[in-house]
Amino acid sequence: MITRTAAELAAALASGETTSVAATRAHLDRIAEVDGAVHAFLHVDAEGALAVAEASDARRAAGTTLSALDGVPIAVKDVLTTEGLPTTCGSKILEGWVPPYDATVVRRLREAGLPILGKTNMDEFAMGSSTEHSAYGPTRNPWDLDRIPGGSGGGSAAAVAAFEAPLAIGTDTGGSIRQPGAVTGTVGMKPTYGGVSRYGLVALANSLDQAGPVTRTVLDSAMLHEVIGGHDPLDSTSIDQSLPPLVEAARQGASGDLSGVRIGIISEMSGDGWQPGVLTRFRESVDLLVKAGAEVVEVSCPTFVHALATYYLILPAEASSNLAKFDAMRYGLRVWPEEGASAEEVMRATRDAGFGDEVKRRIILGTYALSSGYYDAYYGQAQKVRTLISRDFEAAFEQADVLVSPTAPTTAFKLGEKLDDPIAMYLNDLATIPANLAGVPGISVPSGLADEDGLPAGFQILAPALADDRCYRVGAALEAALLDQWGGPLVPPEENLS
Amino acid sequence: MPEITRDEVAHLANLARIDLSDEELDHLAPQLSVILESVASISGAAGDDIPPTSHALPLTNVFREDVVVACLTPEQALSGAPEVEEQRFSVPRILGEEQ
Repeated sequence: MITRTAAELAAALASGETTSVAATRAHLDRIAEVDGAVHAFLHVDAEGALAVAEASDARRAAGTTLSALDGVPIAVKDVLTTEGLPTTCGSKILEGWVPPYDATVVRRLREAGLPILGKTNMDEFAMGSSTEHSAYGPTRNPWDLDRIPGGSGGGSAAAVAAFEAPLAIGTDTGGSIRQPGAVTGTVGMKPTYGGVSRYGLVALANSLDQAGPVTRTVLDSAMLHEVIGGHDPLDSTSIDQSLPPLVEAARQGASGDLSGVRIGIISEMSGDGWQPGVLTRFRESVDLLVKAGAEVVEVSCPTFVHALATYYLILPAEASSNLAKFDAMRYGLRVWPEEGASAEEVMRATRDAGFGDEVKRRIILGTYALSSGYYDAYYGQAQKVRTLISRDFEAAFEQADVLVSPTAPTTAFKLGEKLDDPIAMYLNDLATIPANLAGVPGISVPSGLADEDGLPAGFQILAPALADDRCYRVGAALEAALLDQWGGPLVPPEENLS
Repeated sequence: MPEITRDEVAHLANLARIDLSDEELDHLAPQLSVILESVASISGAAGDDIPPTSHALPLTNVFREDVVVACLTPEQALSGAPEVEEQRFSVPRILGEEQ
C-alpha cells in the first residue's frame, strides 16, 4: 500500500480495491514504524486523519467525491497554519501554538478530501538547507541517516521518500522544495510566484515564498498542484488567472515525445564546486531528452553569478521585518527576564530565548542591510541586480522553452558538516535561487544516483512565469525515460529505516 | 566593504529587540563579517540606470468593496495569547515608571 503513488492510490480508491481508511492507516503505521529514525514529523494527527478518511469513504460509497485525490493522505510542512493542529515553523517561539485558522492551501486540501497525516519538520522559519536548524532536532535522509534531507523542507521530502506519506506540501523561498527533492530522490515543484496562495503561509520573505507539491512522481505533483493552485482573494499577490492544464501536460510528457521542445542548458551552472557524479547524471538526462525529440541549446545567464549575494540581502531584509511580529504579545512564547519587566524587556528576552542561531544571524543581517547608510549599497543594489536576473531569464526564454541544470551542486552532505559555516550552507541553493528572484516555476526530478556515493541527484527544469505546464511535460518525459532505464523508481534501502 | 564589529552587532541586536548574550555576540560578529564579505560582490553589479525590482510580478494595488465577512471570534483571536484579561490581550507594562 505505502509504495503506491498518489495516482495509483486514487485509482485504487476509485475502483473500490481499497479504502481511504486503509490507506491512511497504512501510512500512520509506517510513520510509527520509521519516524523514530527519520524524524520527518513534528506532529502526527492520527485521529483527525482517520476521521477525514472515514468521511471520504462514506462519500465515495454514496457515489460522490470532492476531487481526484479525495481520500489520499498528505503531510503538510509546519510553516502553513492548520486550524486545531499545532504550527511551530520549527521554532521554540511558536511551541504549542494552535492557529485559529487554516492556510488557503490547507483549506483546499480539506475541501478536496485529503486526510492530513501531520505536520513536517523544517529549518526554523524555513531558514536553512539541511533541516538542522529546526529547534526540534534534525530530520534524517532515508538514503543515509547520517546525512541531511535538504532544507528547509527536509521533513516533507523525507516523509515522501520514506513512504510515510504519498504526498506532502512544501514551501520554496530559495530552493526549499527543490533541493530536498534532489537529495532525497523525490519530486519537488515550486510553482510560478502567485500561482499558489500564500495566505496562512508564515512568511519568510514575501516576495520569494511559494508553496508547492512534494511527491514521488511528476504526475502526482501535477495532480496536487491542481488541487492547491489558483486565485485566492485572501492573497493580494495571487495571480487572477486560471492554471494551464498540468495533469494533461504530465500525461503528455509521459508519452515520451518532446519533439519541438527547446531545452536550454544554463552554462553558468557547472564547473568548480559541482560534484562530478551529479554532473554525469545531469548530462545523461539531457541525452535522454534529446532522444525524446528535444532540441538542446546552451544559454548564458551572466548575472546568475550574483544571484546568491542578491538573495542573501533581499531575504534577510524581508525576514527581519516579517519576524518582528514575534513580539511575545498576542501569541507564542513570552519570557519574563524579571518580575515587572517592561514590554520591551519581555520582547528582547523572548526573542533571544525563542529564536535559534540562524534566525538571529539573518535578522541582524537584514537589520544591517536596511539601516540608513547601508540601504543603497546593499538592499537597493540587490533589488537592481534582481532586475538583471529577470532580464537574463527573459533573454534565455527567447532561445529555449525550458532551462535545465542540476538542482543542487552536490548530493546530501553529512549532518553537522556545514552547520557552523553559513556560506558553505548557502551555496547549496546556488541553482535554485534565481527562479525565486524572478518568480518563475521550477521542478526537480530525480536523475539517478551519483557514482561517488550512491546518493540521489536532481534535475531542475525551469519555465517562464505561468508556464508551469512545461515543467510537468518535460519532467514527466525525463522520468518516463529514466524509469525505463532503471526498471523502476529509486527507493532508499529499507534496512536503513528499521 | 566595512567589517561588522562586535559593537555594531550589539547595536543591530538592540534595534531588532533581541537580547544577545556575550557568547552569542562573540560567535555572530565574525560570521556576519564573512557573510557581508561574500555578498560584497554585488556592489557594481548593476549600473545606476537599472530600475530596482521589489517583486517578481508586475502588480498594482487593488481595491475591493468594503464588505462585511465572517472573521475570528474574540475567543479564537485570543486563543494563542500568553495572557488574557477581560477578553483582551494582557501585555507587560509599556510605559516606564516616570511616565
